[in-house]
Amino acid sequence: MDKPIRVLVAKPGLDGHDRGAKVIARALRDAGMEVVYTGLRQTPDQIVQTAIQEDVDVLAMSILSGAHNHLLPTIVEKLKKEGVYDEVLVLAGGVIPDDDIQGLKDAGIEAVFTPGTPTGVTVEFIKKNLKK
Amino acid sequence: MDNLKEKLRQGNKKATARMITMLENNDPKAIEILGDLYRYTGKAKVVGITGPPGAGKSTLTDKLVKILRKEEKTVGIIAVDPTSPFSGGSILGDRIRMNDLAVDPGVFIRSMGTRGHLGGLSKATQGAVKALDLYGMDYIFIETVGVGQSEVDIMKTADTVLMVMVPGLGDDIQAIKAGIMEIGDVFAINKADREGAAKTHREIDNMLDFAETDWRPPVHQVVATQNKGIEELLSAIKDHLAYLNESGEMLNRRIKSSEIEILELIKDRMMQDLLREDEIQRDIKEFSKNVAERRLNPYEASEKVLRKTIKKEAEKYENY
Amino acid sequence: MYEKEKLEQLKKEKQRWQKEKVDKGLSRFPERKEAFTSTSGRDVERLYTPEDVAELDYQEDLGFPGEYPYTRGVQPTMYRSRFWTMRQYAGFATAEESNKRYKYLLDQGQTGLSVAFDLPTQIGYDSDHELAQGEVGKVGVAIDSLKDMEILFDGIPLDKVSTSMTINAPAAVLLAMYIAVGEKQGVSADKLRGTIQNDILKEYIARGTYIFPTEESMRLITDIFAYCSKEVPNWNTISISGYHIREAGSSATQEVAFTLADGIAYVEAAIKAGLDVDSFAPRLSFFFNSHNDLLEEVAKFRAARRLWAKIMKERFGAKNPKSMQLKFHTQTAGSTLTAQQPDNNIVRVAIQTLAAVLGGTQSLHTNSKDEAMALPTEDSVRVALRTQQVVAHESGVADTVDPLAGSFYVESLTDSIEKTALEYIEKIDELGGAPAAIEQGYIQKEIMDSSYNYQKELEKEERIVVGMNKFQVEEKPIEGLLKVDPKVEQLQRDKIAKTKESRDENLVKEKLEALKKAAEGTDNTMPFILEAVKAYATLGEICDVLREVFGEYQQSVVI
Repeated sequence: MDKPIRVLVAKPGLDGHDRGAKVIARALRDAGMEVVYTGLRQTPDQIVQTAIQEDVDVLAMSILSGAHNHLLPTIVEKLKKEGVYDEVLVLAGGVIPDDDIQGLKDAGIEAVFTPGTPTGVTVEFIKKNLKK
Repeated sequence: MDNLKEKLRQGNKKATARMITMLENNDPKAIEILGDLYRYTGKAKVVGITGPPGAGKSTLTDKLVKILRKEEKTVGIIAVDPTSPFSGGSILGDRIRMNDLAVDPGVFIRSMGTRGHLGGLSKATQGAVKALDLYGMDYIFIETVGVGQSEVDIMKTADTVLMVMVPGLGDDIQAIKAGIMEIGDVFAINKADREGAAKTHREIDNMLDFAETDWRPPVHQVVATQNKGIEELLSAIKDHLAYLNESGEMLNRRIKSSEIEILELIKDRMMQDLLREDEIQRDIKEFSKNVAERRLNPYEASEKVLRKTIKKEAEKYENY
Repeated sequence: MYEKEKLEQLKKEKQRWQKEKVDKGLSRFPERKEAFTSTSGRDVERLYTPEDVAELDYQEDLGFPGEYPYTRGVQPTMYRSRFWTMRQYAGFATAEESNKRYKYLLDQGQTGLSVAFDLPTQIGYDSDHELAQGEVGKVGVAIDSLKDMEILFDGIPLDKVSTSMTINAPAAVLLAMYIAVGEKQGVSADKLRGTIQNDILKEYIARGTYIFPTEESMRLITDIFAYCSKEVPNWNTISISGYHIREAGSSATQEVAFTLADGIAYVEAAIKAGLDVDSFAPRLSFFFNSHNDLLEEVAKFRAARRLWAKIMKERFGAKNPKSMQLKFHTQTAGSTLTAQQPDNNIVRVAIQTLAAVLGGTQSLHTNSKDEAMALPTEDSVRVALRTQQVVAHESGVADTVDPLAGSFYVESLTDSIEKTALEYIEKIDELGGAPAAIEQGYIQKEIMDSSYNYQKELEKEERIVVGMNKFQVEEKPIEGLLKVDPKVEQLQRDKIAKTKESRDENLVKEKLEALKKAAEGTDNTMPFILEAVKAYATLGEICDVLREVFGEYQQSVVI
């Protein structure tokens, strides 16, 4: 209770499908976390600056537009450049084909949750893998 | 730790963000650092923004800040949202209205949950104000929904309080009047293109006529989403800040808010440190049972707890 | 429909059956669950009898197909005359590649085109805009100027096909481009047939590709209504969509309620803009989702038809029967498809196809099995189309009109959905109509609650999704998914540059300036948009002019 985990749930890219992002935001809240939610169409810079100002433990991004291979690595790069990547657990969810997942992990996304993942799995993953 | 302190002095963004987290988490190290740096604070102008849910406070803040940015002023924003009493978690969504500001290097936005700790909200928020002050912000906006006592206390620590209303509140205005109306220094009626704006304006005016102070709070009609009336509203806020300085009221206010802050810290300490002790907790549980069964009265019970805590606290100091 | 005496008798018989058969049976074979609910959370009883439809009046509540209140369908003979239009939503990458896919689909027996646009196009950004990075050509075709539209429909005679375009905020611009392509082919606007989605309210609620604020968006929509009623009379000017509301997690009832509430808002806006209800209402069309719960879905379509007919007649005083007919396109539910064991999706789509057909749809898109992972491949699109063809030609369900009418369960469900939807609509009226209810976050909150409850039921395994939370197997990663070549973005950028070089800059400036003036005033914007399009002003340039005048929508987020 004293130290709730802080999570930024963000939607990079232009797609407007936020059902998944909202469900996960609610599930994390119900698991006792503080969830900063920023709405649709976030640029990589907006996401990175928000993560810094909010000093979040976790950055969880939902993307269904197919632009993940471009946007997600860009965001990780910027986190590294700002010197916060080592402290923030970076996750992704949404419509991401199996054969893109390894590439995203190599680029620094710690885990990719595809449709059908129970929210409880994400909650547990966060609790076990915090970086700070 | 000295490193963090040094970075805070230099206006480092990451250090400022971390400092606020530590304050929220009640980290004693943060208190110590902030105590050391306290003398460097007090430069920023602190504006509180409050009003009922859905009044458009975040959008209004966004527009006010954009004008200040054109004037090359730097701005810190603290947005407070309620924490769920059930899970202890919260969804902090005020940034949605201010997304463009996120990437502006002259702006620092921080979302905070009320976290339900007794009195601790004021402590964390006031700590965050100091951290943003050290970060070098010219203005600091604190935005809360005006409902609970601790939110009202936060507002009392601001230099200028902007009350945001919307047309058609009707009977609600009576309820708001009773609680938080008196803390407003400037009033904005947002969404003033809606029916009932003139009526709400009159009602607020009528209420303000009873106020017996040198400063008569101005009332402004604005439409934040269309950027209408924002310049004028900002001038009114600045006028109030100027009035505080010229009249010497600024010092009075800050004395008052310091008093509130000291009292809050004492209360917080009592609640956090003393009441939390296992022995005291056990006593309270046991007494409650007795009180419920009419074997003990609540006045005597509280007296007993109080005495014991004071004694325990005194013992602690003797051991130093 | 039943005599009182007979019903009384039936009631007694039912009690007897309950005692003699059910109670005894239950001790040996207890039921699988304590309570049964539909996927929308509606209670499902053990048995439905004439008692459950005792109030039903055949003439008043059902009537005959093609007659008020259209519960049984909008045409008298339905699929005995003509099957529904089989219309697969497609479009990706460049106009050149999409054009090839359309020609393939038409060759395979598809009867209408349905254009998917990429996200930058849907939000009014050119492919060279900063926010378009990584998005160009991903979820649909990129259209930057009339040039792309000419390529998209190259060799496809516009007087021979009907084209549906999934475009909302910039619908006026894309429609103008279509009209301009028609002109170049020598096809006049009054010969064009098709639909634009043009439904901004559900973008605010569920889909997210909005640009302008509510009031200004409503004005663009009514401008299109007014323009088309004169110039493009065979065009469906809006497709009021429940599809995305359902995909966002609403229940079946909410899908009907919120879609019709949006419909009411459009009709009111058009009437307020001075249009006669019967001048535009016949061109309103709807777009629904077809989910797994077969019978509930059929009831949903029937309830929607009846409720809309009553609203148009009683609330808006429409006189033309065509204004009262709810005609709709259906798409099978993308959100029901699983990434696990994707072949199972073919079965789900088949059930959903049946629901749409038994519900009397006018056109249908069937999802491909791989859509939970990526854009569909040509092979999977073919299976999806074949699913419709099997239902049409082999199942027999298309050979009589509204075959499920009279089922105690289906009729009772139809009533119940209509009634609950109406309660929602009344609540929305109280809040000031759909736009106000959206601004206050009411509709989003209701949907969010349904969607979150559903998620929790899945996680507690109170609901089973085959292959996802039960009957799982170890699976190899799927290969051969369709990938859009990242080079597309550069190709589009080059095309824009070339188009800009070859056009008359002064003419573009002049046309955009004229559009700006019209937008600032009260003139119908459509003719000015058409002029700008013909001068090869880009989509982004046109939307920027409107952004400058109208401002942009601010999302109200409810979690």
